Amino acid sequence: MSKTHQHEQISIVMAGHVDHGKSTVIGRLLAETGALPQGKLEQIRAQCRRNAKPFEYAFLLDALKDEQAQGITIDVARCFFKTAQRRYILIDAPGHIEFLKNMITGASRAEAALLVIDAKEGIRENTKRHGYMMSMLGLRQLTVLVNKMDLVNYDEAVFERLRKDYTEFLERLQIHPVSFIPVSGMQGDNIAADTGAMPWYKGPTVLEQIDRFQTSRFPDTLPFRLPVQDIYKFTEQDDDRRIVAGTIETGSIAVGDAVVFQPSGKSSRIRSIEYFNGPAKIRAAAGEAPGFTLDTQLYIKPGEWMVRADEPAPQVGTRLRVNLFWMNRAPMIRGKTYKLKLGALRSTVKLVEILAVLDAAEIGVDSAKQQVDRHDVAEVILETPKPVAFDLIGDIEQTGRLVIVDNFEIAGAGIILAKAETVATTVETPLLHPVGAHGNTSKFAVSIIALTGVDNPDSPVLKRLNSQNAIVTMRTTVEGGGEPASLETVFKLLKQQGFILDYQI
Amino acid sequence: MNSLDRLEAHSVHILREAYREFKSLVMLWSIGKDSTVLLWLARKAFFGHVPFPLMHVDTHFKVPEMITYRDQLALQWHLDMIVGENTPALAAKQTYPDGALSRVECCKSLKSEALKHSLDGTWPRRRMDHTLGCLVDEAKPEAFTGVIVGVRADEEGSRSKERTFSARDCQNEWDVGDQPPELWKQYKTDFAPGTHVRVHPLLDWTELNIWEYIDRESIPIIPLYFDQGKGRRYRSLGCSPCTTPVDSTAKNVTDIIAELRGGKFANIAERSGREQDKEDGGGLETLRRGGYM
Repeated sequence: MSKTHQHEQISIVMAGHVDHGKSTVIGRLLAETGALPQGKLEQIRAQCRRNAKPFEYAFLLDALKDEQAQGITIDVARCFFKTAQRRYILIDAPGHIEFLKNMITGASRAEAALLVIDAKEGIRENTKRHGYMMSMLGLRQLTVLVNKMDLVNYDEAVFERLRKDYTEFLERLQIHPVSFIPVSGMQGDNIAADTGAMPWYKGPTVLEQIDRFQTSRFPDTLPFRLPVQDIYKFTEQDDDRRIVAGTIETGSIAVGDAVVFQPSGKSSRIRSIEYFNGPAKIRAAAGEAPGFTLDTQLYIKPGEWMVRADEPAPQVGTRLRVNLFWMNRAPMIRGKTYKLKLGALRSTVKLVEILAVLDAAEIGVDSAKQQVDRHDVAEVILETPKPVAFDLIGDIEQTGRLVIVDNFEIAGAGIILAKAETVATTVETPLLHPVGAHGNTSKFAVSIIALTGVDNPDSPVLKRLNSQNAIVTMRTTVEGGGEPASLETVFKLLKQQGFILDYQI
Repeated sequence: MNSLDRLEAHSVHILREAYREFKSLVMLWSIGKDSTVLLWLARKAFFGHVPFPLMHVDTHFKVPEMITYRDQLALQWHLDMIVGENTPALAAKQTYPDGALSRVECCKSLKSEALKHSLDGTWPRRRMDHTLGCLVDEAKPEAFTGVIVGVRADEEGSRSKERTFSARDCQNEWDVGDQPPELWKQYKTDFAPGTHVRVHPLLDWTELNIWEYIDRESIPIIPLYFDQGKGRRYRSLGCSPCTTPVDSTAKNVTDIIAELRGGKFANIAERSGREQDKEDGGGLETLRRGGYM
């Protein structure tokens, strides 16, 4: 192993539907990288001969699981192996929906993913659900293994059809897979070596592919964001420092930089960067967890964001449009008080509106649902009692995420799509005069519930829409009573005005 | 940032989170390499200070050098150190070395029971008096509900299933199958009254990481880990009757790192010298369900 890589380690999550062959592929990978305990492979082969069963690599994993149940060293949830390049942690994500919490815990720690699809069975429920969860978790490096190619006679057409279908699905989730590899875990084709079974395939083997995955880099070119975890003043041994502490999520900062705390808006300047048992620092960047002293004595609270005055400010507001998934048995309901954790912030929060509930497996939309059930993915409006600071997932991923605590448990996790504003009631613009559809001229009141893709979703909203690629959520009512305009009518009118709509209910 | 920088920052974040969320917090210190690295990380997190007490459970069967080293470091680093023990069992000679108990039973009595009652403040404890420079009886032992522990996921099976913030109920029991999700640096920090919480800042560290970090930071480590000329050293420290040294000529931290990287111990578990793990076909998971760390 070369000196340069001996410290490098990367976590990869293994996902896919039940019985699509994850265990076989993992067993193969462990065997072919020499990661199995001495004699284990021979032992399983011998057992199979005794029981007159054909040997399968999945049996290896089962054998290791038994050992794990007895408290011995090997862990199946996390397998360790190494290639000439670097060390690997392979996280086995359970294919069963009951273990979604474990899958999320595992996948949120991974830097890349391998998703297994059975060539014969094709795309199934958890093939989609896992794809969806990866998109929510921000996992962007994904390679799809089309497994059991031996069962479809190594047919290129089967592989190409699955590649096309699943790519289309992933693209709806804004995931662009790194590659698709046709494999057979059972026969070992394209796992560690090209066995010649599929001469039509010219790409990398699984081992070659994982060696090409990038380890995640800390995003130090984005705007600086420090969730203030705490403010320390330890007086022992005559220490008089007042230290703002936290882990830098993104960006970088230097001594002398002007900083602003959000949402309080208080400002100061960095006097020093504190770090125990190391040389004096004048600069700190994403991933580091140092402390800061300030030029002025400010009263700030844990939970605020420290940002740089010369960089784009975070959003501040009380209403957030969020895409969230729910893990608790008790559904998320309107009006109930939950706890919000966003960076270092803790606040109470309420669900005020459910815009749509998506079936994560089918990506179908159910707009009529009145609560968010376990394993649902929903687009909702959350409201906090006081303004909070946050970023949008499209701007800064690391600071556009939140979790919801219910009954002492992390029950939901979400990504912030937009700052939600209930735009002032009646917006009267030419596009809202229905001409044609109903044959009358009554005015619609359109309230914009939420906008995506607009820099500053403040009024006058509709004027800005012309030049923006925006997603609009709206509601129509009719002034002075009468028949409410149907959404179709509004869509038609918007289209007549030159808007390009790619989503309709 | 290299792997060690990342691991350090991650552990520091967890320690600060624990300090922020728990009012009655304590850190376990076994004097071994892992919990000493954990102690060092606390000094990193709090800029040279350790703003909570440390607890050592003394079984009275520890290698004597461990106690000397413990007290020296406690005085030098101004540590608020608490020492607990199972006094009645020791007095009645109800131990494995006295022939009264099996190894696992002895661990349960001298470690798990002693720890449980030292944590909840129901048994007498001693605390380091920095003016006198020695341990004195604690007047009113308080109960701790948050416990920081230096276990690593790569040590053995049951530890690999741990979460960073892990709840034990009033009976100190652990439901391995139904654990909370952890994502995006958000942990379970909300608990029903009466719940005890263990915080594990070292879960992601490997044995090699620990030694690489000791080397980088020049952390003073107890010399029992090094070969003193007899070709043997301790790889994992426990009670002397139940811990055997491994064959190794590693005389310092650099030698140990070379030995671990070279794969000398690649197929030998770190705790292979800890005899209680071997009783009952793997006693550690049973012990851990019952409150062993």
